[in-house]
Amino acid sequence: MNYHWNWGIFFETSPDGVHTYLETLLMGTGWTLLTALAAWAIALVLGSLVGVARTTPFFWLARLGEAYVELFRNIPLLVQMFLWYFVLPEVLPTEIGDWLKQLPDASFYTAVVSLGFYTSARVSEQVRAGILSLARGQRFAGLALGLTLPQTYLYVLLPMAYRIILPPLTSEFLNVIKNSAVALTIGLLELTARARAMQEMSFQVFEAFTAATVIYIIINIAVTFGMRWVERRSAVPGLIGAAPALATH
Amino acid sequence: MFADFDFDVIIRSLPYLFYDGMTFTIMLTALATTGGIIFGTALALMRLSSFGPLSLPAAGYVNLMRSVPLVLMIFWFYFLVPYIGQWVTGASRPIQVGAFTSSLVTFTLFEAAYFCEIMRAGIQSISRGQVAAAQALGMTYAQTMGYIVLPQAFRNMTPVLLTQTIILFQDTSLVYVLSITDFLGAASKIAQRDGRLVEMYLFAALVYFVISFVASLLVRRLQSRIAIIR
Repeated sequence: MNYHWNWGIFFETSPDGVHTYLETLLMGTGWTLLTALAAWAIALVLGSLVGVARTTPFFWLARLGEAYVELFRNIPLLVQMFLWYFVLPEVLPTEIGDWLKQLPDASFYTAVVSLGFYTSARVSEQVRAGILSLARGQRFAGLALGLTLPQTYLYVLLPMAYRIILPPLTSEFLNVIKNSAVALTIGLLELTARARAMQEMSFQVFEAFTAATVIYIIINIAVTFGMRWVERRSAVPGLIGAAPALATH
Repeated sequence: MFADFDFDVIIRSLPYLFYDGMTFTIMLTALATTGGIIFGTALALMRLSSFGPLSLPAAGYVNLMRSVPLVLMIFWFYFLVPYIGQWVTGASRPIQVGAFTSSLVTFTLFEAAYFCEIMRAGIQSISRGQVAAAQALGMTYAQTMGYIVLPQAFRNMTPVLLTQTIILFQDTSLVYVLSITDFLGAASKIAQRDGRLVEMYLFAALVYFVISFVASLLVRRLQSRIAIIR
């Protein structure tokens, strides 16, 4: 192999003249995490609403929820980002479109919104599955106690459903972190984009990508372990997933 | 809103979009799925092995691929494949690899990790008694897997494998980051050249939607037809 390794490159100053390459990668990590967290907030709220809509007894509301999921699931994320970034400002009234285009950090907001909507379709599938996994009697009991339908969802069905679907939600959260890399196509300087920039400026391809890969793995492991702790704490007693009451860790 | 919507630019670019772009996308999807399922099944068999030197590398590989964004892997392999080629062929310098080969290697190796997890679930869903019965009949490991376990695992997992293929089809749009002319790349080039971003990206979204949606409906129908009544 005639590739010149230079692991010291991380401590050399990057072309911006202020930060070292390592610092640019860490700033990229910050943007990755910020984008993922903000998108996750949108995805959780929208996904829960759509997931609930799909389990309500109202026929058309459920169909509408299904259409929403099909729409956001069958278009590649990259294309969705282009639609939000390039197409939306053009089809809106001129003033709003111009305002959108001149927004500082437009690529960040676009990435958050498109990633949020894209992920909400997947979250809604999980929420729906969680609600449907509950015994019918829970809904009936809630209604029989005089709770309204929204109250039944809020106090009876959803708290149980979230606890049951925590493991698949964890992997969806990991997906959001990974998918945020797609936002480099609309100019967001997140981790992968920073690694790519480092490669272009320093020609140290493999060092740059190795560093990015290691950071992604660390994030992955941290989230997995953190969520495993939450899952243990919130496991529903009596279900197979829950640890026996006497077991100590 | 659609007052100055130029349908003509779509009509004019149809041959380029589909002949150049969609051919690349479909070829990449088909070959990467085939390669990914073969390599993924091999990985699954390795992961399920009780022999550490086989199962640990397979598990490490799958976990590595699953914790890194596809975009980063596309970049990785774009620069790595020439060196792998040099190593394999014993050439004196990194060999030149075309865009198609590079993306094919990337998607095959990346999606193999996901296909591995599907096949692992498929193999684990087969009852232990079947393996015991095959061994009692004197079958070797290869015969047990080849004639008994894998055919059933494939049958059970066909809908999931096909769903993953639809995801792969959508993922191939990410080769855009290497400026490759796949379907989205072709649409994007026309969009930039003619200044028709709205028309081209909406049309691209529509095409991806129709293909993926129809495919997922077919998978759902297949699922209900091949379901084994237990």
